[in-house]
Amino acid sequence: MEFSPAFRIGLRICMWIGLALLYIPLILIVVNSFNASKTFAFPPTGFTLEWWIAASRSTGAVNALGTSIVAGVGATVIALLLGTMAAFAVQRYRFFGRNTISFLVALPITLPGIVTGLALFSTFSAVLGPVGVGLGIGTVIVGHATFCIVIVFNNVQARLRRLGTSLEEASADLGGTGWQTFRYVTFPSIRGALVAGALLAFALSFDEIVVTTFTAGAEVQTLPIWIFGNLFRPNQAPVVNVVAAVLTIVAIVPVWLSQRLAGDSVTSRV
Amino acid sequence: MSAYFATRPRTRLGLLLTPPLLWLVVAYLGSIVLLLLTAFWTVNGFTGRAEPAFQFGNLVAVVTDPLYRDVALRTLLVALSVTVIDAVVAFPMAFYMAKIASPRNRAFFLVAVTTPLWASYLAKAYAWRVLFEPNGPIDIVTGGHSPGYGLPATVVTLAYLWLPYMVIPLYAGFDRVPASLLEASADLGASTGRTVRSVVLPLVFPAIAAGSIFTFSLSFGDYIAVTIVGGKTQLLANLIYGQLVTANNQPLAAALSIVPLLAVILYLLAMRRTGALENV
Repeated sequence: MEFSPAFRIGLRICMWIGLALLYIPLILIVVNSFNASKTFAFPPTGFTLEWWIAASRSTGAVNALGTSIVAGVGATVIALLLGTMAAFAVQRYRFFGRNTISFLVALPITLPGIVTGLALFSTFSAVLGPVGVGLGIGTVIVGHATFCIVIVFNNVQARLRRLGTSLEEASADLGGTGWQTFRYVTFPSIRGALVAGALLAFALSFDEIVVTTFTAGAEVQTLPIWIFGNLFRPNQAPVVNVVAAVLTIVAIVPVWLSQRLAGDSVTSRV
Repeated sequence: MSAYFATRPRTRLGLLLTPPLLWLVVAYLGSIVLLLLTAFWTVNGFTGRAEPAFQFGNLVAVVTDPLYRDVALRTLLVALSVTVIDAVVAFPMAFYMAKIASPRNRAFFLVAVTTPLWASYLAKAYAWRVLFEPNGPIDIVTGGHSPGYGLPATVVTLAYLWLPYMVIPLYAGFDRVPASLLEASADLGASTGRTVRSVVLPLVFPAIAAGSIFTFSLSFGDYIAVTIVGGKTQLLANLIYGQLVTANNQPLAAALSIVPLLAVILYLLAMRRTGALENV
């Protein structure tokens, strides 16, 4: 026995207190979306579905949801392509500057969002402005894709590393062409990592607000931008509560799915 | 065609690397360079647009203006407090998950700790706004002694938001500590406290450093949480946003953003010395 029983119990208590702290705010959000009190007095005075019905009729929130989905899908597709290419290059080849690639790919999420956002804003206004292209959904997708690449990269890279090259070599020895080997051997083995990476990249894009603020311009509103704009308006509070509750509940689904598809992928955001 | 590529691995490598490198080096690093350049630009008084008329005024203002210095110090203090709080809370959690919990419970705890990471950032910050409200839950529980909106609420909210970013690397760090070393320490007569202090802590320190990179960098660039729960408190990112959007002074915003950029790069370099970047 390396640790005393008191120490083990102490750690166990800390673990559960930590988990409680993590989940109390999430539970509060969901509970409050059913709170009958208009001012969200605590503890709740009764149960109501009124806010949920009001939220489903809020065109601002529903439109913003659509924008967020378009941005998320666009960024995920780009991140899938670029992240997978970089992962293959790093895992299957030896070349000068190979270690720099992982660093470079992670840089957009390592640097503060405000730096990435302002840097992209400078480029967009200097390069796209003169040719008459303004900020909009396109620039949001470019911004989101930049920091989503690392998610796909980490997932695919980890899978390729565990996979090794023996199966691919066997396929080549048995006469498979490069394409056949990719189509029938490599791709099926990394499919789970691709799906997991895509889900997590989408979730990251769906939730992003800082870079979005700098790249969206005045016309485009993603869901986080919409929530932030309505957060301080008392008459919108019930709808904001419901949207926050929806986002809390919905977020658990992709994480659970990706957990099933690629065991260690939930940690890939870190 | 595949035969062509099969005999030319360098061509294949080039094709694989060019698109991501174009995106990350030309578009992203290029943008960072442009950001640094715009810090020396001037706002045209007529058009209100930033123009490449070279001057040092923006940087001088950032260094000398006492307001910017105060806000920068406050931001640094917030980022460091958040990092310390997260390290202290995450340490026993990661310790328990990696070394005490049974393998089945371990999987459950890992999912339980990581899932909140994916719940909406705004929903979580908003939850703390509700918690810190006047007459809100914290006010009721503490008998009217809630700190209310302000700097403490900002630190608590940020520490909450980034906690999983500390727990996960720390868990990986604990997981790598060989059980044999712990047994050896106990066999040689070390108490629990001694084993934790002299064996466990030095081994997991790089993991704490790795987690702290996230908590530090994310806190340094945040202006959303502080707007939601900080009352009138301003952090660096608020100033940068205000200069760009409200004051329409892109060059000064760029000059101000050099501070978080430098802070994070210096922090990364400091943490690299601990070995934090190698085993993550």
